[in-house]
Amino acid sequence: LTAADHIPHRPRYLAAGDTALVVEFGDAVDPELSALVLSLARRIEQAAIVGVVETVPTFRSLMVHYDPLQIANAELKRRIEPLLANLETSASKGRHWRLPVCYDASVGLDLADVAQRTGLSVAQVVERHSGTPFQVYMVGFLPGFAYLGGLPGELELPRRANPRLKVEAGSIAIAMAMTVIYSIESPGGWNILGRTPVKLWDLNRPQAALIGAGDQITFVPVSLREYERLALQARAGELSVTPGLAPA
Amino acid sequence: MSAALRFLTPGLLTTLQDQGRFGYQHLGIPVSGALDPVSLSAANLLAGNAPATAALEIAYQGPTLAVEADSVRIACAGASAAIEILTAGEAVRTRRLAMLRSARLERGDVLRIGALSGGSVLYVAAEGGFDVPPVLGSRSTFVRAGIGGVDGRALKAGDRLPLCRSSASERGELMLDELELAPPPRFRIILGPQDDYFGAEAIALLTQASFRVTAASDRMGMRLDGPRLKHSKGYNIVSDGIAPGTLQVPGNGLPIVLLADRQTTGGYPKIATVISADLPALGRLTPGAEVRFSPIDIEAAEALRRQLAAEMAALARRMLSVPGEVRIDPAALETSNLVSGMIDALGEG
Repeated sequence: LTAADHIPHRPRYLAAGDTALVVEFGDAVDPELSALVLSLARRIEQAAIVGVVETVPTFRSLMVHYDPLQIANAELKRRIEPLLANLETSASKGRHWRLPVCYDASVGLDLADVAQRTGLSVAQVVERHSGTPFQVYMVGFLPGFAYLGGLPGELELPRRANPRLKVEAGSIAIAMAMTVIYSIESPGGWNILGRTPVKLWDLNRPQAALIGAGDQITFVPVSLREYERLALQARAGELSVTPGLAPA
Repeated sequence: MSAALRFLTPGLLTTLQDQGRFGYQHLGIPVSGALDPVSLSAANLLAGNAPATAALEIAYQGPTLAVEADSVRIACAGASAAIEILTAGEAVRTRRLAMLRSARLERGDVLRIGALSGGSVLYVAAEGGFDVPPVLGSRSTFVRAGIGGVDGRALKAGDRLPLCRSSASERGELMLDELELAPPPRFRIILGPQDDYFGAEAIALLTQASFRVTAASDRMGMRLDGPRLKHSKGYNIVSDGIAPGTLQVPGNGLPIVLLADRQTTGGYPKIATVISADLPALGRLTPGAEVRFSPIDIEAAEALRRQLAAEMAALARRMLSVPGEVRIDPAALETSNLVSGMIDALGEG
């Protein structure tokens, strides 16, 4: 069995009630599935199908929210069908963000624990987690909360046995083959490696959520002192980061 | 000072809600909006507004509001509650306001709404609407992330909620003779999207057994108690999207029906989804209510939704003029106990 065998380009249509249709390409966290989902999301947006309210890309499926008074489930599937031909199977070049991250034990609360559980040194954990771009597979759970794929296999760990009641906004954490960024303070069970001073979610900006599915992110290590300086700027609304083009 | 309603007491959970915030779920932003859009529409139409105008959604226990405007027209629809208008004068006069009728309040009047019964939410609409800016296209409040409404939170004592109009329009009052709010005997569901994560026994239990709404329910989800629905392939799935009304089944086997403030994505299998036509009735259920489910196919669900839309469109045509003088006239109240839908229930204070 090769990877391609469980990535059917022919998706399954699953009804999620009479106002949402799931177009499901598979059931794994996988770069090719993500690319198919994001590719279909773009096509549905371009097709401007009357009655489609919005789409939500996830790791392995696209949820199409629609108004059943404007389009029936059967008609929606008929309209999506021609959009499935030759979907992109690799991530298209989205925006690329370089996010400063402080990998200090004072904010990277699980850094030492992750090092111990993976058999790596703290410096090796940081080295493996920073410097190379990760792909944003989806944004969900909370406003601006991003799920990133592409974690090196050496860092794969289950979630913490005891979730924290409070995880600070900006926390960068890992579990399974993913990295997540906590956009706002919330409970959470992922292993926290560090924190970015950049506000992922800020209603005072024209674009409240900084990051979208399909973007790429590279974490750039900064010292605690630099983090604190940037965090002050961020609190004053003076820290802005702009994306570049994704590296080839 | 601009026209406003001032909160003397806030009630237990009073938020501004409209039809919801669409177009941002891909950024993790929930739709929110009224738990019971039928009652929201009725309250708005009675007040003279478009049906989806933002109104106060009141849960459990109502607020006490002082009118800081020349006058304001309001209307209430939804769960039952004692609604009183206190007018200061030589002696405080207390009148009772019936549901499903518009009423005009004058400067200094106090609107007092008691505990809710027979439903989870009550809506208070004000003619012209409330003057708060929309956030991402909606005035609905999503408290968890501080989005929309008044500073992204529930109303609290001392808040001045600005009104768009400084006085009520010169028109008669409106009433609805009835509004069907009773729950269906069985909530209709469409199986899936992950019904294949459950065995035949779980599907049979879901459609035959009775469940009960627990007190651990909120605007995000309604937690049900009842027989445990056993997963056949584990209870972790790779996260996918979440639809309104979906029944998510976590590891303990007890379903959670996801409501207005539902998260946009989730990693538990979703055994079925309540049809959109039955969502307003679902949103009205209170803890302790019994819930039964019945599976139907999608074409039937679509027909039921069209039927609900037709009924909601008919609400505007069913509005009746309240006979007689509209303004509350103390002299008239003395000669007739029933004026403009107001009953002089408690007499002179």
